[in-house]
Amino acid sequence: MAEEVKVFRSWGSPFSYRVELALRLKGVAYEYIEEDLSNKSTLLLEYNPVHKKVPVLLHHGKPIAESLVILEYIEETWQENPILPKDPRERAVARFWSRFLDDKCSLALWMSCWTEGETQQNFMEQAKECLHLLEEELKGKKFFGGDSIGMVDIAASFIAHWLGVLEEVAGISLLDEEKYPNLCKWTEEFLKSDAVMECLPKRANLLAFFQARKHAISATKASV
Amino acid sequence: MAAAGGIEVKLIGAWPSPFVLRARIALNLKGVEYEFLQEKFEEKSELLLRSNPVYKKIPVLLHHGKPICESMIIVEYVDEAWPAAGRAILPADPYERALHRFWASYVDDKLNPSGAALSKAQTEEAKVEAAGQVIAGLKLLEEAFGRLSKGEGFFGGDDIGYVDIALGCFLGWLKVTEKTSGVKFIDEEKMPLLARWAERFCAHEAVKAVMPEPERLAEFARKRAASAKTPPAN
Repeated sequence: MAEEVKVFRSWGSPFSYRVELALRLKGVAYEYIEEDLSNKSTLLLEYNPVHKKVPVLLHHGKPIAESLVILEYIEETWQENPILPKDPRERAVARFWSRFLDDKCSLALWMSCWTEGETQQNFMEQAKECLHLLEEELKGKKFFGGDSIGMVDIAASFIAHWLGVLEEVAGISLLDEEKYPNLCKWTEEFLKSDAVMECLPKRANLLAFFQARKHAISATKASV
Repeated sequence: MAAAGGIEVKLIGAWPSPFVLRARIALNLKGVEYEFLQEKFEEKSELLLRSNPVYKKIPVLLHHGKPICESMIIVEYVDEAWPAAGRAILPADPYERALHRFWASYVDDKLNPSGAALSKAQTEEAKVEAAGQVIAGLKLLEEAFGRLSKGEGFFGGDDIGYVDIALGCFLGWLKVTEKTSGVKFIDEEKMPLLARWAERFCAHEAVKAVMPEPERLAEFARKRAASAKTPPAN
């Protein structure tokens, strides 16, 4: 049965992590295929010719790409532990925040960590606005999904784990406990889940990876 | 007093917006009556700012006074909130649904931005490059049409579906850009499926009453460009 479900992933990718987490929350056994993003496999390029990216979910040999599209598919295919509410309006709200995380939030957070000077200041302002909105959305709730982890929580896993690493590498602070107590509490609760921890990349490995990347960028700048 | 829909459903929008058009087509497909609240172009209404504080953008659907934002999320909401009405906008099979969601995301994440890049391009070189990107994207959709339509007339099969709405909303503006740039984007010879689909889409009952004429859109664009050049009086 496990061979029916395969995930093309990269160990450090927060996007392929979303897919693995959703499958684990639903108790779906799967096999993963590790991709070297600097040397993508022929299979990956065949299954995702449009974007050539991870993650790709393969179910009964049929490929699906784009992490949020995959999450919706997983939700519809395996009914245990729903990650979306039943009510249409609540579903629309969950989809809204999932897209918000991708369209506005991730970029601002990521760019805050990789830019400098005034550009960085602008991105940090945007990032703080995004974090503030998420903070408000969490009010009175353990998770974005309510009492249990839902689609928005899965989409936000970048904030629970990757953000801290990037802040350290960049030497900046964004997720301030005083300003965002709800988000910090949410991170703690999120990381208590077995399913979350099972496939999370080791912090030390992520740190080493991003530090190496930072050195490589500085080296390129220095040699110009 | 209100029919199924009626004053219970309001749509905040503006007639030239292709994103607003998506919501209108979805509501029409489901036969849902709604009140259209036309936004003024110079100033966003209090209602809009209150209903969509995150993006402050149209369209916003108000159902029993509660807002739903983001055009394709509104389309999906309309599909789910009125399941028995009209026809399903997304197919029933999960894999087919995933394909529709994938291509709708493609339109928003790749195709639309390349179209935006084209309208902002300043040099001839930049315009050619941007136009090339748009055409490359449309070619992928031509192929996708073959796969999704299963030999029928729309991406959704025998009737308009999710991807038709996601892409079709831009056809009016595409015609305007074709005239101003001299580039034929949906060439009948190179993209026969999309060319025929475009005609079918624009002629559809749920679309033709709400899709603005290209001439009207062109006029709107001209006025907008003219007022942008005139500095505001202080």
